[in-house]
Amino acid sequence: MRGAGRALANRSFGGAQVSRTFYARGQTGQQLLLGAYQALQRQVAARKVQLFARSEMLDLVVVEGKARGIVVRDLVSGKVESHSGHAVVLATGGYSNVYFLSTNAKGCNVTATWRAHKRGAAFANPCFTQIHPTCIPPSGDYQSKLTLMSESLRNDGRIWVPKSPVGSRAPNEIPEAERDYYLERLYPSFGNLSPRDIASRRAKEVCDEGRGVGPTSTGVYLDFRDAIHRLGRKVIEERYGNLFEIYQQITGEDPYEVPMRIYPAPHYTMGGLWVDYNLMSTIPGLFVIGEANFSDHGANRLGASALMQGLADGYFVLPYTIGDYLAQTDFDAIDEVHSAFRGVEQEVGARVEKLLAANGSRTVDSFHRTLGRLMWDRCGMSRNRAGLEDAMQQIGELRDEYWNNVRVTGRAEDFNQSVEKAGRVADFLEFAELMCHDALAREESCGAHFREEYQTQEGEAKRDDEHYAYVAAWEFTEVGRPPRFHKEPMVFEYVALAQRSYK
Amino acid sequence: MNLVLHVWRQAGPSDHGRFVRYEAKDVSPDMSFLEMLDVVNEELIEKGEDAVAFEHDCREGICGTCGVVINGSPHGPQRAVTTCQVHMRSFRDGDAIWIEPWRAKAFPVIKDLVVDRSAFDRIIEAGGYVSVRTGSAPDANAIPIAKPSAEMAFDAATCIGCGACVAACPNASAMLFTSAKVSHLGLLPQGQPERYSRAVRMVAQMDAEEFGSCTNHAECQAACPKDISVDYIARMNRDLIYTAVVSTGLEE
Repeated sequence: MRGAGRALANRSFGGAQVSRTFYARGQTGQQLLLGAYQALQRQVAARKVQLFARSEMLDLVVVEGKARGIVVRDLVSGKVESHSGHAVVLATGGYSNVYFLSTNAKGCNVTATWRAHKRGAAFANPCFTQIHPTCIPPSGDYQSKLTLMSESLRNDGRIWVPKSPVGSRAPNEIPEAERDYYLERLYPSFGNLSPRDIASRRAKEVCDEGRGVGPTSTGVYLDFRDAIHRLGRKVIEERYGNLFEIYQQITGEDPYEVPMRIYPAPHYTMGGLWVDYNLMSTIPGLFVIGEANFSDHGANRLGASALMQGLADGYFVLPYTIGDYLAQTDFDAIDEVHSAFRGVEQEVGARVEKLLAANGSRTVDSFHRTLGRLMWDRCGMSRNRAGLEDAMQQIGELRDEYWNNVRVTGRAEDFNQSVEKAGRVADFLEFAELMCHDALAREESCGAHFREEYQTQEGEAKRDDEHYAYVAAWEFTEVGRPPRFHKEPMVFEYVALAQRSYK
Repeated sequence: MNLVLHVWRQAGPSDHGRFVRYEAKDVSPDMSFLEMLDVVNEELIEKGEDAVAFEHDCREGICGTCGVVINGSPHGPQRAVTTCQVHMRSFRDGDAIWIEPWRAKAFPVIKDLVVDRSAFDRIIEAGGYVSVRTGSAPDANAIPIAKPSAEMAFDAATCIGCGACVAACPNASAMLFTSAKVSHLGLLPQGQPERYSRAVRMVAQMDAEEFGSCTNHAECQAACPKDISVDYIARMNRDLIYTAVVSTGLEE
């Protein structure tokens, strides 16, 4: 955005106390994406890039230790095909949809990174998943995704739930004495502006106590009544007008009149395939960029840094490092007729056929919802040993049931969205177990990873830098078996490790 | 509430296609339109039938993937929303809802409600970019831009490429899409070197894809989920006329 002086405008953003973030209205990421897309189409016109739209990567082909290509399914014809090359770059995003409900687009999935992991790429810190506190809550069992509202709403809104369950009583009929402004009560100095992880955890807690509001009882009120009274409707309109419109469009409720309802939702995954400083994974020739890798955010991502990473990885890092790899490596002449490709194609084709052949009685989405619910409860914003162990058990059982009882309709060689989803959920069912292993092994709380056993008396994350200042990089063994653990110690040469303080 | 759906089913590009009647029972007014279709599809799959193919991704109105014609209107009854943002409270118990794909020669049906919009990609390929390679990040304020131009360019840049403008146009013209993309770049200093040739090439590609011509119905503007104005079409036409009359061969 531009200011009146024709220069770029800045604003402060998630976790920063100075205004240093450039932005493009409320759609910075979207505009960056369009810019990248236009630049890509220019290369397509120049015949430097060939696009295969509507193709989904279903496996990685590794020949003599190097990544040499991928096997894809053409989503229109359903045919399984191969593409060979000197290197493979994954820019396939994160895995928040393991929870079924998240703020991610519906098509987001773990398949590309998971299949690469199964071919030998280490997966790092998979349990680091970020939950955003201010999303619009689900309205029913049919809910398909969650929409993020800007966290800035907490600047003026007051968060509360009834002191005891009130049934269907309207919020404006609940007198002041029966309201529990729990963040203000628990954190008198920070109140409604308590950090994300605390705001999220407390919201889930009061809902688990049965005090949640809205049609599914999974929500807390974010009330602008006092702010409107204090500042006037016009000021609130200027600050949040567009957000209030989005909210009203989705819920049918007018937040100027009725308190908003919010609930936390999975938003970003810090974990991903392990990469070195050149963005290469543990498989030579396999590069991983953006949210798909683990590299930039540690245990908790701060505002705007996902976009920064997408740009830096793609525009500024990879163009240099991949050239270095290509220049230094000897390549055998290999193309798609190589036996390695034939072998992987057969495996991929057989997997699709197996999903269709199960011909059971439960839909793919039904399994996905069950898995998502389990992960949300046991490996979501707070975790504990018993819950994680139980989750791993249940994931294994669900996975067994999946392959025997899933119902996938239609044919393999056709445009078939049922088959697309089925493959992705099959991978989530394997990947979820890895998340639990990672969460179980990290016996501390740090960033977005909150282990209930490790908290301070105030209920905040208790880190253990002496034993856990490392990246956990997991190596695949086999489905249902514990993965092999590798430790990359974090070494801080110039900065001393410290605990972030909200006080 | 209970609804009767008439959904366009078409097995593939060569199939003729037909409306098939489905009943959607116990629909919650808080459901999104796509969630209502999800529920219908779950029931179809449980019965062993092929689910209705429709496209969607972000489900929050910003990716441009979803889009069907609902009772004759692209993206449904409300102004300035995408299909995924239509909620069932826009309908009444007992309503019949007719659901069709975008209809345009340049957007062939792939299956049911899914159409191939790659013609839009080829229009962008024809010139919807600035010919500067990405190098290191430039200094943030090396190019000052006046706020009014930046805002006008931004309004055009909000186009999500969904294709509703084409579906709404009696001529299936892609003028609103093309002019938004042309104007987004043509209003900014970075877009000036190719300003006129860009307009010419993108419109030529639009014609080559067999989109129709614009005859000023402005149905596109009414259907646009991002409220993009037909003023951009006029703006692009000025650039085209300038090129044709005044400055043929001025650049490139």
